[in-house]
Amino acid sequence: MATDRYLAADAADLVEVDYEPLAAVADPEKALAAGAPAVHPQWPDNIAFTFHQEGGDTEGAFRDAEVVVRQRITSQRLIPTAMETRGVVAEWRAGERSLTLYSSTQIPHLLRTLLAGILGMPENHLRVITPEVGGGFGSKLNVYAEEALAAFVAMRINHPVKWIESRRENFQATIHGRGHVDYFELAAKRDGTMLGLKLKLIQDLGAYHQLLTPAIPTLSVLMMPGLYNFPNISADIVGVFTNCVPTDAYRGAGRPEATHGIERMVDILAAELQMDPAAIRLKNFVPANAFPYATATGLSYDSGNYAAPLKQALDAVEYPKLREEQKRARAAGRLMGIGISTYGEICAIGPSPATPAGGWESATVKIEPTGKVTVMTGASPHGQGEETTFAQIAADELGVDIDDVLVVHGDTAVVQYGIGTFGSRGTAIGGTALYYALQDLKAKVKKFGAMLLDTQKVTLAGGTCTDEVSGKSVSFAEIAGAAYRALKLPPDTEPGLVATRFWEPPNFTFPFGAHIVVSEVDRDTGAIEIRRYIAVDDCGKIINPLIVAGQVHGGVAQGLGQALWEQAVYDDSGQLLTGELTDYAVPKAHLMPWIESSHTETPSPVNPLGVKGVGEAGTIGCSPAVVNSVVDALAPLGVRHIDMPLTPEKIWNAIQQGGRA
Amino acid sequence: MIPQAFDYSSPRSLHEALVLLENGEHKVLAGGMSLVPMMKLRLATPGRVVDLSRVPDLNRIAESGGVVRIGAMATHHEIETSPVVRGQCPLLSEAASHIGDVQVRNMGTIGGSIAHADPAADYPAALVALEARVRLVSAHSDRTLDAADFFLDAFTTALAPGEIVLELEIPAEDSSEGYRYEKVAHPASGFAVVGVAVRIKKNGAAISMARIGVTGMGPRAFRDRAAEKLLEEGADIARATAAVGAGQEANADLYASADYRRHLAAVHAARALTVALSRAS
Repeated sequence: MATDRYLAADAADLVEVDYEPLAAVADPEKALAAGAPAVHPQWPDNIAFTFHQEGGDTEGAFRDAEVVVRQRITSQRLIPTAMETRGVVAEWRAGERSLTLYSSTQIPHLLRTLLAGILGMPENHLRVITPEVGGGFGSKLNVYAEEALAAFVAMRINHPVKWIESRRENFQATIHGRGHVDYFELAAKRDGTMLGLKLKLIQDLGAYHQLLTPAIPTLSVLMMPGLYNFPNISADIVGVFTNCVPTDAYRGAGRPEATHGIERMVDILAAELQMDPAAIRLKNFVPANAFPYATATGLSYDSGNYAAPLKQALDAVEYPKLREEQKRARAAGRLMGIGISTYGEICAIGPSPATPAGGWESATVKIEPTGKVTVMTGASPHGQGEETTFAQIAADELGVDIDDVLVVHGDTAVVQYGIGTFGSRGTAIGGTALYYALQDLKAKVKKFGAMLLDTQKVTLAGGTCTDEVSGKSVSFAEIAGAAYRALKLPPDTEPGLVATRFWEPPNFTFPFGAHIVVSEVDRDTGAIEIRRYIAVDDCGKIINPLIVAGQVHGGVAQGLGQALWEQAVYDDSGQLLTGELTDYAVPKAHLMPWIESSHTETPSPVNPLGVKGVGEAGTIGCSPAVVNSVVDALAPLGVRHIDMPLTPEKIWNAIQQGGRA
Repeated sequence: MIPQAFDYSSPRSLHEALVLLENGEHKVLAGGMSLVPMMKLRLATPGRVVDLSRVPDLNRIAESGGVVRIGAMATHHEIETSPVVRGQCPLLSEAASHIGDVQVRNMGTIGGSIAHADPAADYPAALVALEARVRLVSAHSDRTLDAADFFLDAFTTALAPGEIVLELEIPAEDSSEGYRYEKVAHPASGFAVVGVAVRIKKNGAAISMARIGVTGMGPRAFRDRAAEKLLEEGADIARATAAVGAGQEANADLYASADYRRHLAAVHAARALTVALSRAS
């Protein structure tokens, strides 16, 4: 152990490691080939697992099909790159035999439980604190070796230990995302009616399973039908070991891959049938009167009006006029593209049977003796703004000022057990737990208010409790004081104003939306200009429009990152070549297009707030809209598909080859 | 991301700095935009860092007798915004405006940048097109080189041990000249995948003078004299630039192959010349 970072770096420099290079494989398809080096000798074929999912009669659908389109589509390996890298501080108090661990994590309580097992410590002697976390995007929905190591060393040397990850380490020691090679086959009738889908999904797992590694591609398979009404699906996942960083949840986690695949395939089908890509979507959407809708993959879509956001987006771009403009541009030799993506996602993850560690969330509300309100949420926000939205929910329900509400999270010694923030679950599940805790308290506050006003029926609003008959009122703070002073209690009522709820959701929620990208490709260089970006997202009821806008913008930025710039590249020996931010291109502010964001609002029946979730929507909707747009721009040259990222040289090569074809 | 221990000197005069630098183990610190990251990655492990920031007058920018003199410690921001540079050699100002971001332009210096000689830096294209000269001094010497002779190879210059870049001497551009710096920026690093700096003088409809400097494409910035000559002989832009980059050594990386870089050099030379022509009077 070093006493400062400088000494630690000097000492690390003195360590000389003699490596005996073993044969490596960094590409999942190469890893599957006969004779490929085995990542783990005990699994010589590099296959960690296979998984088959089937619904309906896919073989029948393909037999009846009048047209079948096939395409290999990749979702490249990405590096999550949260602004704040990981970091751990561990403090062992020998006298108390207690360990306090500060960690930049999305899941403080799960980390505590799992760490207790790793360290062989009683869980109640462990305290995990997650101060303000600088972004996670799924990469901190995990338990990492450094968390256990820092704790172990702190206990060993009886001294606090601090470990802060460098960016280089972050690129090689924190999980990566995506890493799909997908083989799609889509069967349809000549009128554009989609009949069935087959998928072989090759998931690059990296070298080891992290917390949720094998679960991510199963989410892709669940969401393969997208928004479309066809009952026949057959999917095979092959999970493949490679000599790379493990893949795991990264913003969207399985759904961007599924959406990219189905939305590319719908465009490829439309091109094959010479149909308009908007028309083919409108023809195949699950109709608005079919909800709840049972999918071929066993899900029950909660609510939806899938045509609404698409029509709103088409109106925003004045679609028929835009296609006319495109005709004129093409006649003039310009490469203008219009790309549509209509996405569905599975959020509010999730009902406990569908999760490895419980899918509920918890909330405690304490009305303090002065009438101030403290909310303790088991969700562990790390940039999602739940401090604001949860305060809004509490203020609205209790009829108090939002400034009187404090939202507390991320400390296992303070907050009741919770699950965490990921999978667009924070508000849909954590907010609902809060809502029910507030109902409990509201009833109790009204009891005390009625007692103080000596009446039966009261209302709660504007910081006061009012007798509906006499109009007399008593302030919220006075009621709170009386509940703790307890000189007199309503019948069958205990003193104090505290309520805790753990809410188990009966179903996922299924947000949806439509994104349209208008692009122009520079014929001479292959450079892509995003001329317009339209995002119409339906995330159910919106609690805070500004926070929703922030989520859409950030999500779209990361979607653009995948579509245009980002790719983790390994060489054949398993060396990460994009090991620095000078090589790995994350989206930057000056590269962002203006995002024209609007919404439709279809409430979810799954929870009383009607909310669905929006944290991942932008990422999921974005990349297929961009690729569909660029492929549309290049369609006159005979281009049918291009894999991400759409780097200018790749586009230029496609133009050169298309030009010759 | 932690540098090795090093000694640090902050000389208060040029003489003091040059005497210190007679020991070749030392590294000169200007704006720190290249040296500091290299030290943090331990790619550079100097025994002593000699910081020039307190040496007076090293950032002076002045014009006399048709020559603009720019001190080595002038920041990119100063060069971007200096009325002297904007008025007398606006091509350099335009190139400076493309470097890094605001923070980098506020810290980074022209002397530091050219001494580092990153093959993807922006200045070298403009400096060779401007036929700039670089003045190098040491405790025992004082010499001036053409910019084209200063840049030898990637990260390699004509600087001898103990020498520093003192200033750049740039012949003032004629106010009737047109100019343009066109850049394809790497989406991650912001460095030039290819950058083309051009100057042009018109005589009626004809081009009487053309200068074309290319950076980012190969191991060092170069002037494309063949293309210049074609333009001056009356070739149109498309024909004159078709071979810009051809036959030159070109870099390849994950983002752009050598062939694509050569192609970009030709395309952006044509685009730069078109803008420059519209600016010339």
